[in-house]
Amino acid sequence: MFRNNYDNDASTWSPQGRIFQVEYASEAVKQGSAVVGLKSKEHVVLVAVKRSPNELASYQKKIVRIDDHMGIAMAGLTSDARVLSNYLRSEAMRSKMIYGRALPVGRAVNAIGDKAQTNTQEYGRRPYGVGLLVIGQDDTGPHLYEFSPSGIVSEYYAYSIGARSQSARTNLERNFEKFEDMSLRELVIHGLRALRDTLQQGKQLDTLNTSIGFVGKDTKMTILDGENTQAYLDLLDEGEAMETE
Amino acid sequence: MMDFAPMHSAPAEVPVEHHSHGGWDPYVDNGGTSLAIAGKDFVIVASDARQSDGYSINSRYDPKAFTLSNQTVLATTGYAADAKRLVEVLEQNAQTYFHKHEKQMSAPAMAQMLSNTLYYKRFFPYYVFPILCGLDKEGKGAVFAYDPVGNMERVVYQAYGSASALVQPFLDNQVAGANQRGHEGGLLDRETARKIAIDAFTGATERDIYTGDWLDIFVIDQTGIHREKRELKHD
Repeated sequence: MFRNNYDNDASTWSPQGRIFQVEYASEAVKQGSAVVGLKSKEHVVLVAVKRSPNELASYQKKIVRIDDHMGIAMAGLTSDARVLSNYLRSEAMRSKMIYGRALPVGRAVNAIGDKAQTNTQEYGRRPYGVGLLVIGQDDTGPHLYEFSPSGIVSEYYAYSIGARSQSARTNLERNFEKFEDMSLRELVIHGLRALRDTLQQGKQLDTLNTSIGFVGKDTKMTILDGENTQAYLDLLDEGEAMETE
Repeated sequence: MMDFAPMHSAPAEVPVEHHSHGGWDPYVDNGGTSLAIAGKDFVIVASDARQSDGYSINSRYDPKAFTLSNQTVLATTGYAADAKRLVEVLEQNAQTYFHKHEKQMSAPAMAQMLSNTLYYKRFFPYYVFPILCGLDKEGKGAVFAYDPVGNMERVVYQAYGSASALVQPFLDNQVAGANQRGHEGGLLDRETARKIAIDAFTGATERDIYTGDWLDIFVIDQTGIHREKRELKHD
C-alpha cells in the first residue's frame, strides 16, 4: 500500500526493511531471457537463450569471455552487463600483472558485488539492472556464482536466472546430484534440457538463439554460437527418445 | 657611431641536471643478442638466452624472445626487466583488442601499437631494442625493428644486442648478398634462413662474451609457431 512512498531512491528503507529500488532492479533481470549454469567435478557450463528484438535485428550476445579461465552470462540490462564485463576483464588482467596468476573467481565476483553494493547505498545512483552467472576455473576447481543487482553473490552447483527461470531451476533441483561425474558433453546437454524448460509454447532452441559457454581444468573459456551449437542441439534431440526422466 | 654594449659578458651555460642519486642507475644492460629474418611466408626469429650483468652471468637460460598471444613473436635485447614488462603490457593490449574487436590483432596493427607503447615512455624509456615478428595481411613474413622510444621500420632482417655489430653485417652479406657479385637476390627459403641464423649465433658466441649458453629459435608461419632450443658454448 505504501510502496510508492519509499521507492524514490536507493538510500531509503521501507518500514518493512526493504529497498524498493533494488527490488525493482531485480525485476529487470527477470525480464531478460533465461540463462542456465551448472558444474561438474572438472567443468562448469553456461547455456543461454538469445533474443532478437525483431526479424531485422541480430540476436543479443548473452555469454562473454572475461579471461582464459572465466566467463559470464547476463540477464537484464545488457549495457550494464557490458560495463561490468569490461571491469572484470581489466581486474583479471590487473591480477595477472600484480600477482602473476589468474584472478580467483570468488575474488572477481566479490569485486563486482562490492561495486554493485555502493549503488544501493549512495544517493543519486541507481542499482545495476543486470544479473550475471559467473563461471570460472581456479586453484579450488570449477565455480558457478550468481551476481544480482543488490550486490549479493552466491555460489551454486547449478542455477538459472531470467524469464521463466523457475522451470529450469526445478529441472536442475531434480538432477544436480548427477552432475558431479558427468562429462562436458553430458553437462552441456543437461544444461540445454533445463534451458528448454524456460521456453514458451511452440518455441525451440536452434543455432540462432542458443549460446553455449564452458571452462574447465584443461579447457580454456570457450563460447559456441551459431553453427557450432548444432552438434549439441542434435544430441539434445537424440536424447529425447531415450529420456527416462 | 653607436657603441653597442655586449649582450652577455660571459658565455651562456647549457642547462644540465646536477642532482645525483648516489650513482644509482635505473638501467642495466643484460647483454645477449637477437635476430629475425623474414621469408616469403615465414619468419625465423633467434635469440640467445644468457643473461649477464657486467662480468657476471645472472642466468644461463633466461629467454629473450616471447610469443605474444596472437601468433607473433617479440625478440628483445637490452634491459631484461624492461623487456619482460614491455611484453606484459603488449599482451594486455592484445587481449583488450581481442575483446573489443572479437579477432586477434594482426602483426602490422601490433607493430604500430608497440611503437606507441614505446613512445608513451619517451621520457623514461623502456631500455629494450624490440624486434616484432609475424605475418602481414597477405601472409608474407614481417619483421619490424624499433629503437627504445618507438622508431619503427619494417625490414627483411635485423640483429640487435651485444653482438649486433658482428651479426648485422653477416646478415647483410648472407641474406641480402651485400658486397658480393652475382648474388641472385630475393627472399630466402626456410632451411637456408634457419642455417644462417644458427651460424650467426655460433659465430657471435665465439667472439662476444655476452652471447652464448642456449639459442631459442622460432619459426613463424601460417600453421603457427614452431620452437627449437639449441645449445651454444657455455664459456
